[in-house]
Amino acid sequence: MMKTIHPSFEQAVNEIKDYSTIMVGGFGLVGIPENLILALVKSKVKHLTVISNNCGVDDWGLGLLLKNKQIDKMIGSYVGENKEFERQVLAGELEVELTPQGTLAERIRAGGAGIPAFYTPAGVGTPLAEGEEVRTFDGQEYLLQKGLQADFSLVRAAKGDRYGNLVYNKTARNFNPMIAAAGKVTIAEVEELVEPGELDPDHIHTPGIYVQGLIEGSQEKRIERLTLRQ
Amino acid sequence: MAVQLDKAIVREKIARRAEQEIESGFYVNLGIGMPTMVANYIQEDKEVVLQSENGLLGIGRSPYEDEVDPDLINAGKETVTASVGASYCSSAESFAMIRGQHIDLAILGGMEVNEKGDLANWMIPGKMIKGMGGAMDIVHGARKIVIIMDHVNKHGESKILKQCQLPLTGKGVVDRIITERAVIDVTEEGLELVEVDEGWTVQEIKDSTEADLKVHPNLLEASF
Repeated sequence: MMKTIHPSFEQAVNEIKDYSTIMVGGFGLVGIPENLILALVKSKVKHLTVISNNCGVDDWGLGLLLKNKQIDKMIGSYVGENKEFERQVLAGELEVELTPQGTLAERIRAGGAGIPAFYTPAGVGTPLAEGEEVRTFDGQEYLLQKGLQADFSLVRAAKGDRYGNLVYNKTARNFNPMIAAAGKVTIAEVEELVEPGELDPDHIHTPGIYVQGLIEGSQEKRIERLTLRQ
Repeated sequence: MAVQLDKAIVREKIARRAEQEIESGFYVNLGIGMPTMVANYIQEDKEVVLQSENGLLGIGRSPYEDEVDPDLINAGKETVTASVGASYCSSAESFAMIRGQHIDLAILGGMEVNEKGDLANWMIPGKMIKGMGGAMDIVHGARKIVIIMDHVNKHGESKILKQCQLPLTGKGVVDRIITERAVIDVTEEGLELVEVDEGWTVQEIKDSTEADLKVHPNLLEASF
């Protein structure tokens, strides 16, 4: 099935309204949909709940939405790269739900796969388990965790075609495949939009069924910690 | 106090001793910070695959400037290369590998460890909470958990305690602790001192450790 090719980033995000829950792909700044995030900043949509592993840095990625006070609640696993985040949390302007990284990945996977909840050992015996359901299987304790879904999912892929099939590059894959599946509407920002048939069906990471719209965008790909061989 | 060592030397010493935990044929996850340094000392005759939980099985060396790919990083967000035979996967799959006990060994940093092998390494109350990242999943997934850390904190207080004071990362998850002074195993009967580093006596280790220590019958002295 042919998917919508958005003519502009502004139009790609214009259905995203105040109080929406959005998921955004990426690990650190790797694999984030840079231009879709910039378009959200411009759109001034606010009161967003954002589900993403991290929250960008002060001047790039989701950090831009944060700076603009467009986020009410953040669900993620590590937010330590962002000073404005700290300020807003301490000032009570931003609600935050921290969840272990593997649990977050699985909660999103479950959400996209129609699984409402699952048990995982991560967090047992820690403050995360307080007040939560713990169950024992084969003598080991596990914590109940709920699947996550979103009104809109924004992902970044290296290549995509008009059928919505996506291929990611290296560690830019990270959370993107699960996030693509867990959004009611998934918008993929691709570095290269290719002709149908160009992608080998055996090499597709995200089958097109999960994707509703695509747009081609060039990426800055900022590097957080350049580490070179001495 | 037996020896005062420069911080960089201490870190290298701990990393080199931690390397001895890695056996040929192991799949290994190294935590962020000092654990990442362990990779620099892996002996060439060992066949080892390093896993990065963002989605890379087979971390290679750091790139030369002309090899840098901004799409290729480790879990510490540092640019890396992929080793020969490497594979990429989603973060859900990389944690399935971890949770499913396919990783032989994880070497992680620690703030506090107690007698029962409880670990605290993710938050200090009153300070900004940055998040636990993947640590809570890894401590329950890898088959063996080795914690590497300084023996005492900057105030000279033991980091190996009867009870952890900080919020836990995992309960009863640690198998072995390696510090610049000693190697200590977590056993059913409590903590057991198995190695003491050069320049330290058993009594000095006991004095600088809040938790009770049994001494292994075949204790190695001046071992590293």
